[in-house]
Amino acid sequence: MNDRIREKLKILADAAKYDVSCASSGSDRKNTNKGIGDASAGMGICHSYTEDGRCVSLLKILLTNVCIFDCAYCVSRKSNDIKRAAFTVQEVVDLTINFYRRNYIEGLFLSSGIFKDANTTMERLILIAKKLRIEERYNGYIHLKTIPGASDELMKEAGLYADRLSVNIELPTESGLKLLAPEKDKKDMIKPMTFIKESIVQHQEEKKTLLHTPKFVPAGQSTQMIIGATNETDLQIIHSADQLYKMFLLKRVYYSGYVPVLKDNRLPSLDTQVPMLRENRLYQADWLMRFYGFKAHELLTIQQPDLDLEIDPKLSWALRNLHVFPIDINKADIQFILRIPGIGLNSAQKIVAARKFASLTLEGLKKIGVAINRAKYFISCKNLTLEKKEYTAEKIRQFILSSTRTKYQALQPLQQRLF
Amino acid sequence: MVYIVYDNTFEGFLSAIFEFYERKLKDAFIRKEDVQLSSLFGDNIQITTCEEKAKRVASKLEKTLGSEGFRTLWKAWLTEESHVEDCIFGSIRYGLEQQRNVLSDYGNLYVIELSQKLKMIDREKHRMEAFVRFQQTKDELYYSVVEPDFNVLPLIIPHFKNRYADQRWLIFDLKRHYGIYYDKKNVEFITFEELDSKRLQTPDKALFAENEQLYQTLWRDYFKSANITSRKNTKLHLQHVPRRYWKYLTEKRD
Repeated sequence: MNDRIREKLKILADAAKYDVSCASSGSDRKNTNKGIGDASAGMGICHSYTEDGRCVSLLKILLTNVCIFDCAYCVSRKSNDIKRAAFTVQEVVDLTINFYRRNYIEGLFLSSGIFKDANTTMERLILIAKKLRIEERYNGYIHLKTIPGASDELMKEAGLYADRLSVNIELPTESGLKLLAPEKDKKDMIKPMTFIKESIVQHQEEKKTLLHTPKFVPAGQSTQMIIGATNETDLQIIHSADQLYKMFLLKRVYYSGYVPVLKDNRLPSLDTQVPMLRENRLYQADWLMRFYGFKAHELLTIQQPDLDLEIDPKLSWALRNLHVFPIDINKADIQFILRIPGIGLNSAQKIVAARKFASLTLEGLKKIGVAINRAKYFISCKNLTLEKKEYTAEKIRQFILSSTRTKYQALQPLQQRLF
Repeated sequence: MVYIVYDNTFEGFLSAIFEFYERKLKDAFIRKEDVQLSSLFGDNIQITTCEEKAKRVASKLEKTLGSEGFRTLWKAWLTEESHVEDCIFGSIRYGLEQQRNVLSDYGNLYVIELSQKLKMIDREKHRMEAFVRFQQTKDELYYSVVEPDFNVLPLIIPHFKNRYADQRWLIFDLKRHYGIYYDKKNVEFITFEELDSKRLQTPDKALFAENEQLYQTLWRDYFKSANITSRKNTKLHLQHVPRRYWKYLTEKRD
């Protein structure tokens, strides 16, 4: 008995790990029924980190890896000769509750191969979430992957029990999807995403007028796209993400660097390096759009359709726009402070709070946590003479690169060794 | 330089501040009584903790720095660092001098240091919320041992009480010899008369629930399966889970 559940867990966790979403934040589900769990903490908790440095926050498993589809990039594709397994509803419930009670996890992230048909699969996922909420009085986080092609009614029901729903767009462009997942239709992804968005908006409207409305996907929806399996440029990827954020009010777009696990002439070869650095730069660009007020078109252009791997996208933007600088630390609005390389959200807030008391010096900025080696070329503040005026972008770039060890350099020797 | 020495309690620290103003001292260091003082010949004032005085200081500070600000001082103090009093006391003096909440004046050396201490303790608090691993005993107690860098148990009570409202749990700090225990109603601080660290750290297997071993195994299996070998990044792994925490992590200890 124990051996069987162990084997199932191994197979179904292994098959689920390429889905990168790990968020457990953003919900407002409180433990009000003296039950187990609470998903309202605001900040997510990473309970552990695997040896690849990725966070383990949720029990991320497939209900089954049996699938009627044959998507080229997916380990669970029909034509792949692998061991298949399926959990029972009760097994998933028991694992979730027992892991949660031991403080191993923040909750459950449940996805599934499509067995029989979309609706049957979706129904089974909902049943698990419902059992957790009602029978176990569980208030921890639940992220359900919606199954493309499932009915609106099921989607609505899923939203009543899940904190987050996600539909994976899979590939950044429609042509990529046609190539690698010919059985999947972009419409089958757009439809549920639209439905979830509209239901969330409608629910928020109802909340304003009605005293008590049941929760509906309080942590919103997210999606994921695979990077590097098809030949899209970063420009295409970032624009696609930007569209998704705008159209569906997504909480997150995840970028998953393609891990070559399958031999297929439509895919990169098996010895291809996982594009980890590119993935990292895409996340940085995504962050700049969501928290730093950058627009997609500022980050990438048709002339420069790919992100610079050597330097981060904010520095890259700054070097292309030297005319905006220097920015006066003691006077500029926060939206300008946020555009200075080497200054993050926290530092920007601290700067704005502190300068109400007294003008900040370079020394003060350093203590606040600003990366001076990058910021110094772009700012003016008390006691800082502006010698850099005459520097060209290329010069500044060289100075910065020689004074820091970037991720690029850290990963480069490894990549050179492999090729 | 005058040293005001107190008894290692937060009330004692507040009492020391009271004494500083009461005696109209010009300058002073406040130190815990077990900290080596650099001047053997200075005027050391050993104060006695006084609840009344501590309360008066607390209420004055809450008025000047806000209740959140006052909590900040307490949290920084919980780092237990030997000279942490300097930035707390420095910020307090600055605030009282200015008669307003100065805790966002990050250009001030005391305030910025205070905010750094706060960051340290918040990170440790967050780590404990993440790294506590409960083991279920036969009588349905969820039991955990930790050795946090700082004294964060008082800070994590609300989190665990709220989250595990329907199970009895105990989190014991082996470094500081006390624990927090929840009986499904209230949380209380507990100590053990006879402290046998070894037994607390690895209790008798017979004490544990029938399924405990199975779930630990499943968790370890899961942890291994979730890893993507071709993305191996040891530096990042260690940055997030420093080695000193491994011995209490089910998935990391051998």
